[in-house]
Amino acid sequence: MTAVTVSEPAAPVPPVASAGAAERGRLPWKDWLIGLVLPLALALGWELAVARGWGNGRLLPPPSRILATLWGLWRSGDLIVHVLATLGRVAAGFFFGVLAGTLLGALTGYLTGARRLLDPTLQALRAIPSIAWVPLFILWFGIFETSKVILIAVGVFFPIYLALSGAILGVDRKLVEVGRVFRLSGWELVWRILLPATLPAYVLALRAGLGLGWMFVVAAEFMGASEGLGFLLVDGQMTGQPQSILASILAFAVLGKLTDGLLAALSRPLLRWQDSFKPEG
Amino acid sequence: MLLVDSLSKRYPNGHLALDRIGLEVAPGEILGVVGGSGCGKSTLLRLLSGLEVPTSGTVTLNGQPVRGPRGEIGVVFQEPRLMPWLSIRDNVGFGIRHLPKAERRSRTDEALTRVGLIDFAGAWPRELSGGMAQRAALARALVGRPSVLLLDEPFSALDALTRCDLQDHLLDLWAYDRPTLVLVTHDIEEALVLSDRVVVMQPRPGRILTVATPPLPRPRDRSDPLFEEWKRRLLGELGRASRHRTDGDEAFPAAAI
Ligand SMILES: Nc1ncnc2c1ncn2[C@@H]1O[C@H](COP(=O)(O)OP(=O)(O)O)[C@@H](O)[C@H]1O
Ligand SMILES: [Mg+2]
Repeated sequence: MTAVTVSEPAAPVPPVASAGAAERGRLPWKDWLIGLVLPLALALGWELAVARGWGNGRLLPPPSRILATLWGLWRSGDLIVHVLATLGRVAAGFFFGVLAGTLLGALTGYLTGARRLLDPTLQALRAIPSIAWVPLFILWFGIFETSKVILIAVGVFFPIYLALSGAILGVDRKLVEVGRVFRLSGWELVWRILLPATLPAYVLALRAGLGLGWMFVVAAEFMGASEGLGFLLVDGQMTGQPQSILASILAFAVLGKLTDGLLAALSRPLLRWQDSFKPEG
Repeated sequence: MLLVDSLSKRYPNGHLALDRIGLEVAPGEILGVVGGSGCGKSTLLRLLSGLEVPTSGTVTLNGQPVRGPRGEIGVVFQEPRLMPWLSIRDNVGFGIRHLPKAERRSRTDEALTRVGLIDFAGAWPRELSGGMAQRAALARALVGRPSVLLLDEPFSALDALTRCDLQDHLLDLWAYDRPTLVLVTHDIEEALVLSDRVVVMQPRPGRILTVATPPLPRPRDRSDPLFEEWKRRLLGELGRASRHRTDGDEAFPAAAI
């Protein structure tokens, strides 16, 4: 047989060196700067207004005073204590929530029997606003770390559970059939098809779960804590110091964005194959 | 030898998709299967591949019954069905994942070279055109050197130019180790360009109406008057198949032309 010659008319694809390597989904730094214009202008405007006496800075302190408060907390070492306390609770709650959500989501997605048995109950539990559990958790576990971590874990659990079990059910039947043609074993099917196919939805769910974790840590720290950014919020209210509240809010914003960006950055190399939506850090 | 004996398939909803199909396909033969949509072509192919179990009757390959997917039987679907998370090279290597790494690599690259995609080995499936993706699917099916390759309307989603190109290309690939090909298509011209024999099927229930053995020299020339003549003849058979209704258990010996 002669060598095969192939003539694909006008191949619409770049050669392989650049194919697949193109990094996408990142904002160029100019767009970044443009996004900063509005918040900076508002901050500067308010600073100026308070300095000139046009506005009253007592209830809404100017940025300089918020930053000074943060700086003071940093100097005294309190900021680190609060940040670490909150971060630790979110991390522990996120860990257990992800663990349970992943196990149960995978189980109910993969096994019809497990789905019939567990899903109705879990769906019913989901209908309960998680904060409603707080009194019960406090009765059972006291007001210390355990009940806080459990509350956060409950908040993290549901998006992970729902997304994973739904994603497994939604895996393209046609690809599973390719797996059958090549006689994949049950574990190979999970590892080679179900896992990569559900990864995009899973990563999005992790990020949604983390967001909820940050939300619930505030609620958890409201229910009584001697340290943590949520405690700082309550303390600022009690002592009438809005700059302390705003400093805490600022710290929440920075930490939330940083941890979400970390998750996005860690998952990005695994999702480069994706054609459709692009996870954004 | 691929042997189909009195093969029937009734779906759970009661629909009789295939009714007592009998076929013998010689090693290395290219068998075309044509028929209107809904006459059971895909069902037949899925039974041959072991993806579906028959209601009655048997499929045997070289004396062994086919009861599930087997390594000697390759399948190409209408869509490429590449794993979007694997590079083209890993997609093709998927077919021989149990081989040692070095051998897998050399055989994968050989298959990619044959289908003309070696320069795209590192690309993602989404970066390929429809024709290229289908060639990758061909490479994936052939890299394990199956003795039977089943193709279910593999080129029907492609534009006419790419389709002709891939038909010729399939023959080139076939020539390397001459597997048995069973090619389902609704395109008579495609069946005539490729097949040694052409099976015409009729619907409700799915049966074989005619088995034609067009005596056309290879390589086949689409503008040859004899080719045209056979095209007309098979079109007539297809028309007959769509008008045809058989009921009950009446005898239905497949005609040969
Ligand atoms: N899974 C199924 N369940 C019920 N009926 C089916 C199923 N698959 C196919 N059929 C029916 O069987 C008949 C043959 O289908 P198919 O083999 O796909 O035909 P073709 O490939 O020739 O178009 C059709 O009438 C179709 O509706
Ligand atoms: Mg079909």
